[in-house]
Amino acid sequence: MFTQREKVMEDGFTLLHRMEISVAEAEKRSGRNAVSMQETFTVYLIETRPMDAVAEGRHAAPDSLWRRYSEFELLRNYLIVTYPHAVVAPLPEKRADFVWHKLSADNMDPDFVERRRAGLENFLLRVASHPVLSNDKILYHFLTEEHGWKEVVYETGFQAKADSRLRALSATFRVRNPDQRFVEMKHYSDQLQSHTSQLLRARARVADRLYGVYKVHGNYGRVFSEWSAIEKEMGDGLQSAGHHMDAYAASIDDILEEEEHFADQMKEYLFYAEALRAVCRKHELTQFELEVASQDLVCKKQQREELATGMVRAFSFKGVTNKLFGQEAPEQRDARLKLLEDMIAEGEETVRDKTGEHQDLVDRACLDLQRFKEQKDKDLKEALINYAVMQISMCKKGIQVWGNARECFLKM
Amino acid sequence: MSAVASKGLASSGKKPIAEVPHPLSAAEESPSVPADVEVDKSTQEAGLANGTPVEMSSPTSTSSLFNRLQLDDDAEAGVSDLYASAETRDLFVTVDDPKKHVSTMETFITYRVSTKTTRLEFDLPEYCVRRRYQDFDWLRIKLDETQPTHLIPPLPEKFVMKGVVDRFSEEFVETRMKALDKYLTRVADHPVLSFNPHLHAFLTAKDLNKRQGLALLTKVGESVKQVAGGYKLRARPAEFNAMVDYLETFSQKLGTIDRISQRIIKEQSEYLTEMREYSTVYSNWAMAERVLRHPLESVAGCVTTCCRVLEDHSESMTQDFLPVLREYILYVESMKNVLRKRDQSQGEYECKFEAAILRKQEDSTPIPSEVETCQDKMECFNADLKADWERWQINKRQDFKNLLTGMADKNIASYEKHQAAWESLVSLLQDKQTEDKTSKTN
Repeated sequence: MFTQREKVMEDGFTLLHRMEISVAEAEKRSGRNAVSMQETFTVYLIETRPMDAVAEGRHAAPDSLWRRYSEFELLRNYLIVTYPHAVVAPLPEKRADFVWHKLSADNMDPDFVERRRAGLENFLLRVASHPVLSNDKILYHFLTEEHGWKEVVYETGFQAKADSRLRALSATFRVRNPDQRFVEMKHYSDQLQSHTSQLLRARARVADRLYGVYKVHGNYGRVFSEWSAIEKEMGDGLQSAGHHMDAYAASIDDILEEEEHFADQMKEYLFYAEALRAVCRKHELTQFELEVASQDLVCKKQQREELATGMVRAFSFKGVTNKLFGQEAPEQRDARLKLLEDMIAEGEETVRDKTGEHQDLVDRACLDLQRFKEQKDKDLKEALINYAVMQISMCKKGIQVWGNARECFLKM
Repeated sequence: MSAVASKGLASSGKKPIAEVPHPLSAAEESPSVPADVEVDKSTQEAGLANGTPVEMSSPTSTSSLFNRLQLDDDAEAGVSDLYASAETRDLFVTVDDPKKHVSTMETFITYRVSTKTTRLEFDLPEYCVRRRYQDFDWLRIKLDETQPTHLIPPLPEKFVMKGVVDRFSEEFVETRMKALDKYLTRVADHPVLSFNPHLHAFLTAKDLNKRQGLALLTKVGESVKQVAGGYKLRARPAEFNAMVDYLETFSQKLGTIDRISQRIIKEQSEYLTEMREYSTVYSNWAMAERVLRHPLESVAGCVTTCCRVLEDHSESMTQDFLPVLREYILYVESMKNVLRKRDQSQGEYECKFEAAILRKQEDSTPIPSEVETCQDKMECFNADLKADWERWQINKRQDFKNLLTGMADKNIASYEKHQAAWESLVSLLQDKQTEDKTSKTN
């Protein structure tokens, strides 16, 4: 997360420039929930400090407040609805997934809680460094006012928008002229999701097997010790070598725990894929709405033309009734024309609005997609480098242990 | 009879006596054949038992024998002189050059057995013959028959039960050949066994005339291995008790080590399978990326390199480590057998002695000389065994030191290769990073 801060400082002037943010601790709490049931949950301590205080070296105590995971979720949902063009950073997973067998899948497990704490901090840093999201008042409120925040969020009425949007997103619809950029992005988001999840699964399996290899060596420790008991000159060397084999077997636990950091980085991008797809879908939705509005306008204009000229160009219900019942009276026709004109004016305004909305979304989304792409390339490359560094460290440890064992064997 | 048989004087061969180094002098040159000595051409016309001529290459060079000498030398100064030191060794045997022979009846492998010696018992300083496993087995049986009081080194197993092992595969032949080489070396180094006439025949005869003996032996089967209980012992002397106890525990521990090693190999192979899949995942992802394509492909390549290193390591464990371990397990089994025979010898003597005493008490019959012979036999057995035990312990210590150090070395080498692969990946990716940065600012 340290390097994250550094990287992020380069782009623009965001909240993170004005404020130092961290998720310092996690604690277990008990309380009654909405349905008056006793439950245990974890709260996370958010600490903030104004940047100038940090710069001046003032060691004033940071401001802090406690938040639950569900509040983070609420914040994120609010941001997604309010800023449809933004690729909003994901939250760490709710439940442990992609676990290799020795890793706990228990939500209350201290290692899991620790990794979640780090993940929540990462989320806040991402959001606070986003050129658009970082200016949001609700976000600021989340970080600075413990009480009454939920009410303020609900007051924005974002949930209503969320509901209607969600309904629309789940419906299937087809756009006439899909924007190639977004089609590609959507396709890419599927790829990203597929590949990161495959990688996480494969890595977990590799970790499992590596664990087995290391642990079996522990048996050498025991048998060398037993064997040394019946030996005279060889005894000491064997016994010491046995201890090194035990150390070797034990070392895998730390090694794999460290590797979880790499897994977490991959997971972030696995979940990012979803955020990416959401932006593409929102774009599709606005385009669809625009197309519908445009089509509607075209229809109405056509109707007006028919009414004005009396010519029926295409089949229409009016045409049929004219034939059947004869043309209507001029007053009726004028009234209907007037109505149509109003509707057309309304329709034109709708189209203008939708076009504006759509264009706005397109412009902003393209910008954010670009930002996301660059961030992803940079982050993942660094993640790969760090993974390689971890492997090197593991090799060095192995060489050391076997070197020690070798010394003992030579003394046999 | 002394435990160490008297060695023949170092033969001067074709060299004038003044040039032959004193046996006890510091060894600068080994007592092997000097370069100017002609090798008898007749030894190079060795053919097979069934008369098929076999193409021969020149005998093993002196230098390879020298090399073996360096490896086997004990680094410590105070080595017991029961262990044939560099200065006094005068019989060198190597096994190499396996060849497949196909006849109408059967297909089998022969090995070249090369001998270099300065011993007077041998007519020539060098010999070269071809032998098959059957011949080694014959030698083992003969040694067992004629020198029952000694610890005979074991042969590698005759049949391979596990799985479908190809008797003619390179790896199997290679492993077996190394074991046969070790076997003959141990026999040749033994102060008593190396003078056995059957060994002499084995090393020098063009055609081992063993066919009649062989038919009989196959009927008898492996009966030479197991000795029945027989006589009841009064009390086993403490030192032999200690040997029996030691061997029991030792063979258990060896068995455990064998199982652990096999398990490690299995776990490694499963790890390897997952790593291969892991590499594919990276290559697949690379296809969907632009900027990340190269880094991801590089990671895939690095993982593949690691897979190859792992493969090599597992193979070397299977080829080099396990066979030596298994050999010792066999060795211990044969030693247990010899100890049983010793017990038998003791029991026989005690039985006869007590019978003789009783008769003497009854009718004053003097103790027959047979009883004394039996006593001698037992005492010789005990002495031989004690001496052999001491040298076996020394050899065992060296062998296991080498074996385990070798295992550590292989693990270290494997990790070093892994580390190198990942390090080159890091520098590759970091170079690219600075490259990208500079290209952006340009």
